[in-house]
Amino acid sequence: MRMDLIQPFIGSLDAVLAEMMKAPAEIADLAMLEEGYRRQGLAAIVVFQGQIEGRVVLDMEPRAAAQVAGFLSGGEVDPGEPIVSEAVCELANMVIGNAVTQLNDRGFQFKVFPPSILTEEQCAKAGHDSEATILSFNTPAGAVRLNIAMKYHGRRSRERTPLAVG
Amino acid sequence: MKQFEALTRKKDNQPVRYLIVDDSVFARKSLSKMIESFGGQLAGEAGDGCTAITEYARTKPDIVLMDITMPQMEGIEAVERIVQEHPDARVVMVSSVGYQDNILAALQKGARHFVQKPVKPEALYEIIRYVLNDDAASVPVGAGGENSR
Repeated sequence: MRMDLIQPFIGSLDAVLAEMMKAPAEIADLAMLEEGYRRQGLAAIVVFQGQIEGRVVLDMEPRAAAQVAGFLSGGEVDPGEPIVSEAVCELANMVIGNAVTQLNDRGFQFKVFPPSILTEEQCAKAGHDSEATILSFNTPAGAVRLNIAMKYHGRRSRERTPLAVG
Repeated sequence: MKQFEALTRKKDNQPVRYLIVDDSVFARKSLSKMIESFGGQLAGEAGDGCTAITEYARTKPDIVLMDITMPQMEGIEAVERIVQEHPDARVVMVSSVGYQDNILAALQKGARHFVQKPVKPEALYEIIRYVLNDDAASVPVGAGGENSR
């Protein structure tokens, strides 16, 4: 997978987690995955279509997700509370939205769909669609993973050859 | 959360009323807290563009804070329909997806401004002041106005 497509997700996750968790996220591991994906914690999925097609899964250890939920709601949240999954969706929305913004501004055109909570059934399906890159980050509250599977179709808008005139 | 100088409507010195449109409960909650710190009042909430249109007509808010990526009807289409029916509507887009084409499309459909998530209260406050322009006054915290907390 092209690194220039992945880099914005790394920068975006780092920036958003720094804001939400008041601590930097360190990259712990980067791996390619060709088999089925197993969700590690609470996960949300965002799908895109266009010149870039695919999906990104944000997967968080429940303690890390609860910390984000606490930041967003302005109070302490237990990792077992149902709203923690909703917080993972909102975080996915911010991280992936910011990365998509950078990619679009570089000339890649595609549409993003709203995030949804990743169920076990979707998880099994997501692992078989294409080769994925797994980025693991360490935070003080636990691991956060980004599972990125994207295919690039066609040239960027600014790479297109202008039409001959006359 | 930091308390800002309360923004009031110049015409009647009442708090500025907001409609928050976002499919995320957390985003709505977070924005709701921010407008409270601006001395504002929540007029209504909606989780998608269709509900936003009916809620706008029902609540007639001074400001709409509108997400872009939502189920059923996206924010840009909702802005277009609200502004068609209510040309004076003041809509501020609040989204994590902030690429130029999207911002341009929203502004062309009638949105007044754009702020990217995660939202910084200071940035949103300044944008709201800018959008309300001469229709709003700011009251220092604890000044004893109707809006002071």
